[in-house]
Amino acid sequence: MTSLIQKLWRMRGGVHPSFHKDESTHQPIQTAPIPPELVIPLQQHIGRSSIIKVVVGEKVLKGQLLAATNAVSPSAAVHAPTSGVVTAIEERLLPHPSGLSGQCIVIDTDGLDAWDESLASPTNNDYQSVANEQLLDLIEAAGIVGLGGAAFPSAVKLASVGESVIDTLIINGAECEPYISCDDQLMRERADEILIGIDILMQLLNAKRCLIGIENNKPDAIHALEVALSMQSNLKSIDKIAVASVPTMYPSGDARQLTKILTGVEIPKNVRSPSLGSICHNVATAYSIYQAVVESKPLVSRIVTVTGNGVKQPQNFEALIGTPFSFLVAQAGGYTKKAERLVMGGPMMGFALSTDDVPVVKATNCILVSSVDQLQLSDDDVTETEKIVMPCIRCGKCMDACPVSLLPQQMYWHTRAKDFEKVEEHKLSDCIECGACSYVCPSHIPLVDYFKFAKTEIRAQKLAAVKADQSRERHEFNEYRKVRDKEEREEKRRKQKEALQAKKAKESAESGAAETPAVDDKQDAIKAAMARAKAKKAARQAEKDGTAVAEPVVEDKQDLIKAAMARAQAKKAARLAETDTIKPTTDKQNAQQEDSNNAV
Amino acid sequence: MLMAILIMVGLAVFFGALLGYASLRFKVEGDPITDQIDQLLPQTQCGQCSYPGCRPYADAIAKGEVGINQCPPGGESTIQALADLLDVEVIPLNEEMGEHLDEPTVVIIREETCIGCTLCIQACPVDAIVGAAKLMHTVITSECTGCNLCLPPCPVDCIDIIPLKQRIDTWVAPEPVSALTKIPVRVEAKS
Repeated sequence: MTSLIQKLWRMRGGVHPSFHKDESTHQPIQTAPIPPELVIPLQQHIGRSSIIKVVVGEKVLKGQLLAATNAVSPSAAVHAPTSGVVTAIEERLLPHPSGLSGQCIVIDTDGLDAWDESLASPTNNDYQSVANEQLLDLIEAAGIVGLGGAAFPSAVKLASVGESVIDTLIINGAECEPYISCDDQLMRERADEILIGIDILMQLLNAKRCLIGIENNKPDAIHALEVALSMQSNLKSIDKIAVASVPTMYPSGDARQLTKILTGVEIPKNVRSPSLGSICHNVATAYSIYQAVVESKPLVSRIVTVTGNGVKQPQNFEALIGTPFSFLVAQAGGYTKKAERLVMGGPMMGFALSTDDVPVVKATNCILVSSVDQLQLSDDDVTETEKIVMPCIRCGKCMDACPVSLLPQQMYWHTRAKDFEKVEEHKLSDCIECGACSYVCPSHIPLVDYFKFAKTEIRAQKLAAVKADQSRERHEFNEYRKVRDKEEREEKRRKQKEALQAKKAKESAESGAAETPAVDDKQDAIKAAMARAKAKKAARQAEKDGTAVAEPVVEDKQDLIKAAMARAQAKKAARLAETDTIKPTTDKQNAQQEDSNNAV
Repeated sequence: MLMAILIMVGLAVFFGALLGYASLRFKVEGDPITDQIDQLLPQTQCGQCSYPGCRPYADAIAKGEVGINQCPPGGESTIQALADLLDVEVIPLNEEMGEHLDEPTVVIIREETCIGCTLCIQACPVDAIVGAAKLMHTVITSECTGCNLCLPPCPVDCIDIIPLKQRIDTWVAPEPVSALTKIPVRVEAKS
C-alpha cells in the first residue's frame, strides 16, 4: 500500500488556525427529522438553472425529479428530498453572501417519506458489469455535484476527462477548514460505502492509483478507512487505493493544493487537472456516487455540521436538501446566548448570513453559529471584541501565507485605488479566496473581502461592457432603420408624384387626340385589342345571324369605350392590390412619424 | 556649398512627397479618438448630455466642443476613464444634465393600461419595446438601457421606472470599509 505513495510534497504558504473540530464530533451523525416545509433552490450548482419538471399542487414522491439538467450548459438535476405536495414555485431567500433570492420549489412534506417506486431498481451491487456511459448517466441523473463546496456538476467533471490518461484519482478528505467535521464523520461511519464509490470512480476513470488525502488531525477517519480497505477485498481496484495522511495545514483541502501535496504537480489556473493526469473528488461526492449507482438514490440529503459556541449541542446531521437552517439549529438544541454570527461554511471561507430562514443546499457543509471573538480563530487570548483595522505596513506576511503565490498586499493597494486592470495583472483570478492572507495580517485588514469585491466588480464591469456594445449595435441599427424608412418613404412619394404627372400628361394627350387610343400602357393596348377582337366576333356573329352590320365608325367608338372601361378596371385592381400589401400599422406609423417630424 | 544646399533641398522634396503620399494612401476615415471615447460611454443613448446619443457626444468631446462631465448614467467612473484617455483633469459631473443613479434602472409597461399607440416604440433608441398599433406593448428588459426616453411620449403614463433586479451572477460584493478611515487617533487635551 505504501508503494502507492512515494512521497508527500509541501504546499506553498498556508496557516495554522485553531481548528475547533472536536466540538461537533462527540456524537454520531444524526438523521435530522423531516421539516414541515422544504425549500429547494433550482440552482444549487455552478452553471445554469435547471428546468422545472413539476407544477404547483403536484404530489411528489421522495426522489422524484423536480428539475432536469439544462442541455445547453453545465447543470445538475434536482430531486424531491421527501414526499409531499409542491405548494409554490417562487423566489425565496438563498444561502448566498448577497442575501438575494432565487427560484425555489417549495414542498409541503407529508411525513411519509415515501420513495418513488420507479427509482427502486434492484440493488445494483453489480456495477462492475455496467458500462461507463451508463454509470455516467446514473451519476448525472442523480444530480450529484461536488460536495466539497464548489458544487460543480460531477458528471460534467467526469465527462471532461475525455481521452486524458488519469494517473491519480485524488479523493479529498482533507477538510482543512476549521469547525467543519462532516467529511470526518462520514469517513468514520461510512467508510465502506465511500470505498465502493471510489471503486466506481476508478472503474470510470481507469486511473492507475487512488489516494485518499486526509489531514493528520483526523486519526479516527484515517483508521476507519484503513480498516475498511483491509476488509473490502471484493473491490476490483482495492490494490490501487491508499490512504494518505497529510500534514494539517490550511488550505490543504483545496483541490489544487491537495494535488500538489499528494502528487507534486502544480496545476496552472487555466489548465484542467485531467490533462496533467489527476482528478480530485470529495469523499462526500464519492459517497453520493455510491448511493446513486448501488442504491439508486439521487442526491436528496447531505451531512451538515451544525457547530460553534452559538448552538447548544454542536453535531453533524444528515439533513434533507431544502431543510431550513433554523430547523437544523433547533435540532441542535437551539441558540445559546453567545450566538452573534450565522455563517454558512467555515470561518475562513464561509460567508455571514443575515437570516436563518434559508435552506440547506447541496453545497452547505456547515452551519456555524458563533460569537464574534471565536471567529478570530487565533490561539492567543483575544480581549477586544473586534480587532481594529490598521493601515498596511507592507510586512509581506500575506505574501508568505498565500498558497497560490500571489501578492495580496499589492492587489490590496490596487483594489483600493480601483485600478482593476493592475489587480488583474497581479492574477486576481487565481485567488482561491481561502482567507489565509486576512488571517495572518497583523493590521487585521480584511484582504480577502477586498479581493471578493474586486472579482465581482470586474465581472460586473465586463458584463456592462458587453451590454454597452449590444446597445450600441442596436442603436446603430435603429438609426439605420429610421434613415432607410425615410428614404423608402420619399422614394415612394416620388414615384407617386411621377405617376400622377404621367397620368396628367396622358390625359391631356388623350384630350388632344381622342381618335388614337393611348397605347403607352401595354396592358391597356392588349385589352383594347381583345375588346376589338370581341367586337369583331360579335359583329361576325351578328352578320351570320343576318342582322344589320354595325357601321365601322360605331365599331370604333365601341372599342374606345371598352378600352377605357378595361383601363379603369385594371387601375381599380391595382389600387386594391396596393392597399392589401401595405399593412395598416405601417401606414399609421408613418403618419405618426410624419406628425412627430412636423412637430420637431 | 551648392551641392549641400541641393542635397538638402532634394531630401526635403523627397520626404515632403513621401509624407504627402502617405497622408493620401493611409488616410484614416473619421476620427479614431471618437471611437475610443464612444467605447467608454455607457451607450444608454439617453440624450441627457444634450446630444442625440452617445456617438454624437463622443464626437463633440473629440472636437473639444464640450466637457467630459455631461454623462449622468456614466457618472464618476466614466469621467475618470475619459480623463485618463484624454489626459485631462477629472471634473465633477455637471448636475444640470441629471443625477447619477447608483442603482441601474429599466422601465416596464403596465400592460393593462397600454393603449397600443406605438409612440414609445418610436422613441426607444435601442428597439427594446415590442408591440403593434392597438396591441399591447412590452419592454424587453434585457435590452432596455434605462434611458427613460419612452416616458414623455406615452399618452396614458403607463410606463414605470423600476430598479434593475439584481441576480446572483451580477451581484457585486460590498467594498470593505477603508482601513484608513479607522485609524485610532488620540487627541491630547491642551493644558
